[in-house]
Amino acid sequence: MKTLLAMTSALAMMAAAAEAKTFVYCSEASPEGFDPAPYTAGGTFDASAHPIFNRLTEFKKGTTEVEPGLAESWDVSADGTEYTFHLRKGVKWQSNEKFTPTRDFNADDVIFSYDRQGKADHPWHQYIPGITYEYYTSMDMPNLIKSIEKIDDYTVKFTLSQPEAPFLANIAMPFASIVSKEYADTLAAAGTMEDMNNMPIGTGPFKFVAYQKDAVIRYAKNPDYWGTPAIIDDLVFAITPDAAVRLQKLKAGECHLMPYPAPADIEAIRADANLKLDEQAGLNVGYLAYNTTVAPFDNPKVRKALNMAINKQAIVDAVFQGAAAPAKNPIPPTMWSYNDAIQDDPYDPEAAKAMLAEAGVTDLSMKIWAMPVQRPYMPNARRTAELMQEDLSKVGVTAEIVSYEWGEYLQKSMEAGRDGAVILGWTGDNGDPDNFLSVLLSCDSAGEGGANRAFWCNEDFSKLLKDAKITADPAERTALYEQAQVIFKDQAPWFTIAHSTQYVPMSNKVSGFVMSPLGDFTFETVDIAE
Amino acid sequence: MVRFILSKLLYLVPTFLGITIIAFSFVRILPGDPVLLMAGERGVTPERHAELSAQLGYDKPVVLQYFDFLGRLMHGDFGNSLVTKKPVLSEFLTLFPATVELGLCAIIIATLIGVPVGVMAAIRRGSWFDQISMTVALVGFSMPIFWWGLLLIILFSGILGWTPVSGRINLLYFFPNVTGFMLIDSVLSGQKGAFASALSHLILPSIVLATIPLAVIARQTRSAMLEVMSEDYVRTARAKGMPPFRVIGIHALRNAMIPVVTTIGLQIGVLMAGAILTETIFSWPGIGKWMIDSISRRDYPVVQSGLLLIAALVMIVNLLVDLTYGLINPRIRVK
Amino acid sequence: MTDTPQSAATVRLSDAAIFRRMLAEFWFYFSQNRGAVVGLAVFALLVVVAVFAPLLAPHDPTVQYREALLLPPVWQEGGSTSYLLGTDAVGRDILSRLIFGAQYSLFIGVVVVSIALVGGIVIGLLAGFFGGWVDSVIMRVMDVILAFPSLLLALVLVAVLGPGLTNAMIAIAIVYQPHFARLTRAAVMSEMKREYVTAARVAGAGNLRLMFRTILPNCLAPLIVQATLSFSSAVLDSAALGFLGMGAQPPAPEWGTMLAEAREFILRAWWVVTFPGLAILISVLAINVMGDGLRDALDPKLKRS
Repeated sequence: MKTLLAMTSALAMMAAAAEAKTFVYCSEASPEGFDPAPYTAGGTFDASAHPIFNRLTEFKKGTTEVEPGLAESWDVSADGTEYTFHLRKGVKWQSNEKFTPTRDFNADDVIFSYDRQGKADHPWHQYIPGITYEYYTSMDMPNLIKSIEKIDDYTVKFTLSQPEAPFLANIAMPFASIVSKEYADTLAAAGTMEDMNNMPIGTGPFKFVAYQKDAVIRYAKNPDYWGTPAIIDDLVFAITPDAAVRLQKLKAGECHLMPYPAPADIEAIRADANLKLDEQAGLNVGYLAYNTTVAPFDNPKVRKALNMAINKQAIVDAVFQGAAAPAKNPIPPTMWSYNDAIQDDPYDPEAAKAMLAEAGVTDLSMKIWAMPVQRPYMPNARRTAELMQEDLSKVGVTAEIVSYEWGEYLQKSMEAGRDGAVILGWTGDNGDPDNFLSVLLSCDSAGEGGANRAFWCNEDFSKLLKDAKITADPAERTALYEQAQVIFKDQAPWFTIAHSTQYVPMSNKVSGFVMSPLGDFTFETVDIAE
Repeated sequence: MVRFILSKLLYLVPTFLGITIIAFSFVRILPGDPVLLMAGERGVTPERHAELSAQLGYDKPVVLQYFDFLGRLMHGDFGNSLVTKKPVLSEFLTLFPATVELGLCAIIIATLIGVPVGVMAAIRRGSWFDQISMTVALVGFSMPIFWWGLLLIILFSGILGWTPVSGRINLLYFFPNVTGFMLIDSVLSGQKGAFASALSHLILPSIVLATIPLAVIARQTRSAMLEVMSEDYVRTARAKGMPPFRVIGIHALRNAMIPVVTTIGLQIGVLMAGAILTETIFSWPGIGKWMIDSISRRDYPVVQSGLLLIAALVMIVNLLVDLTYGLINPRIRVK
Repeated sequence: MTDTPQSAATVRLSDAAIFRRMLAEFWFYFSQNRGAVVGLAVFALLVVVAVFAPLLAPHDPTVQYREALLLPPVWQEGGSTSYLLGTDAVGRDILSRLIFGAQYSLFIGVVVVSIALVGGIVIGLLAGFFGGWVDSVIMRVMDVILAFPSLLLALVLVAVLGPGLTNAMIAIAIVYQPHFARLTRAAVMSEMKREYVTAARVAGAGNLRLMFRTILPNCLAPLIVQATLSFSSAVLDSAALGFLGMGAQPPAPEWGTMLAEAREFILRAWWVVTFPGLAILISVLAINVMGDGLRDALDPKLKRS
């Protein structure tokens, strides 16, 4: 009955604004839930964290730069371990039929939002049985955050266990969205805690209206939004998992914008007079990681030779169908500190052959691991592996292609002493170079439970990363990361494949959409012409 | 009658237990560790892995896990999805009406067309109508419906633009889902055009899903009619000078309907299998698509309980068919 | 083997004669059904195509002609005579893929039906012959398998075993096998009451001999009909699994898998979608028509109607 009331009132609202602008987004996947903290999928964040919620810091639209969000400003102590946030005043919480806020956003909400994830004994830690906070854990927040204190209603102090330069970027990530403590208390009193995940209340540009599982999500503009209010009145996500169907709906005018077109359709979209196409290099990298602990791949010269034997451009053309930039560094060119001065190893089979001979390697046979799944950074690993196989055979290296079921692949590829080079990739979480370099290439992550699949541990490289992590000055950090990339290129633990391009097709009527380098889809700035 | 029902029910208990064992063990031997899949490229430390496994109950011996599973089933707890963290039962119940709506429409189309065609074909045995309709029925019976659905989309959505591409209703319409059946809810909402929109979304999927049952029902009706019409009492009625349509209407049709009703009832399994394909093609938010998605995401609890719920459902419908059969045909009951 | 050689010889002779006469009678009834004969012809053609695929196909089914992407069939503008039915998104010749696909479909049908038939017969014989608790247990297990929608069960089985052609075939066979088991069991139970069985038992025939030599040959007719039906369903279901990405894996030219790969082009290139489906439909239809003819010819009750 309550839902009925809510819907009729929402309807009345819609009816009142007869000329309401409704923007339809053909989204790719159903959201796992509407509480951003327990989930990890980008599609979930597009449906929850971005339209409904805000964070203390935010990524400036269209960039990976951090700007003030719910925190208007912050002070960092000299040793870099104390962050004092000065919160924005007059930020209104949204309401729904179960909840009408009696107060504005304040420090209690911030502390609640973090504590529920970080403290195992918090009453909201397990408000849904089996819930976990994977992003909070994997961004190392439990070890990093020593304490969070409320100085006053609008001041919160975070004490860290060590200086951490990427911290401000970390807390701009979706998992750190600020939820309402008052709403939580209301739900707890009513005994319907799970509604935190079903009927979200946030401070963002859009209010949640309704969700029909696997079909439609509806939002309405939040008129009380503290920032620049949205231009459209209603936002609708039409969940359409199939890329061909999405495109068809876009063409039929059933939606205004879609994510992830099939690479094969790009040309047709460009040719369509009613559509336009935004594109941007994605914040990702696809790579082939050698096992640098096993002979002869422990010899950088051998790795370098193999890198020169593989025709990168052919892979970009055949596998990515041109929708990618060949990669020379482990981080994508859209990321700050990308070292463009670095020269990629040339494709030169003859030189490669000579280098192998020089290193005393003859009759080399190796395995290439091809992932069984399609990922944004790698549309077809099998095909990539086949191309590599062909190229390597030209320099006298016999390559065998192996593959496992995805879960097994992830696990086995991290086993010490692994036989073969692994095709894999990474999509950035927060636009910080540390999120690529430390996670994928540092000594710390070369062990069990890490993600350094080259098992590459270079002391100089890791030292640079550690220094960069505790350096607050962006210019200094940039210099350190640029230097790290030089070492990477010289030591060649990976064959860097490509950074795939992101495409966003949309109707010609759409204006104001800004592509996010992080791959987010946000709609508060979009408008549609009639 | 009560004894008949009871014995039938009793007979179902071991089958049901068997189903729980199969659903449970299949899922437990599915390759791929859900914890690793959750972590993805990032990887997970051994400690965190153990912690998560323990939280999900995957660290206990398998037999214990099975009894846990059974025990929770008794309390109506079908577990929570690993992906959405929501109870499987509630997800099933939200998606189920969509599948039922589609299935019911399909079976109504199949019956409304199949039975008259079968009867006509039997009466005009050997005529061009008989030959053509039975040929068409055979084509329908042999149809790869996933291809059939794509063809219809190309024709009606792509070329002609008559029907929408996917979904259950135009997104402009928005009203409470009281019953979960879009056709009924759209009428209840009182919004102009909502019903027409819901119907236009439903038409292609239900035609696709109806194809095979329609062919089966038409063929079955025809042969049942032929059999009944050769029985003595029908011939007697005819000989007595009863008008042909009364002979067919009263005697033949009624008796021929007994096997036909059974056939219709038994189509539920076929419909479920068809629903998996139809829902995938038309992005229909029902349980068929939900199962496919869950299998590929290794959402153990959903696959496990989904299998169980679907099998239980098929079993119950089959039981009902059995019982109706017993009602209309008292000879069965004695056995 | 206690019979005298002479009597054995006479029995064999009359067996052969009976067999010939049965075959003649069968063909008489079968050939009355014109559709069935056409179905048989189409099926025979399919077998020929499959067997001689390497000779018939104009191209290698997996070679990608990069200069000929998504070429329409020859009769449409832009088509080329070297690719009669056009090419797919990566420039493979569709006709050649369809021809090689026939191999897959027939192979799948044969393997699935053989596994299901043999498994079902053995299980059904055991249940029907021994009765009692053996029967109860076996039949309950069969009930359990039949309680799941077949495609769903096959899907989960393939997920368990890992996607691929072999596993898809095994999964489908397991799902089909109860039908054969039930049929065999029912036939065995009715045959067991017959006098010739009692006679054979009295004559001292062992269980195995009774099961396989005496009873089985007399329940073959329904099994043959079921086998044809299963053959067509196997082609259909394996294509469905392929379509859902759980059957034969690309680049194998299996028809269902081809359809799955073609899905994204449904609005741009009708031919990549249309032809594989048509191939499935024609094969399945031919086998079903043939099956109808077989049933009419083998089932004495329906013969007169």
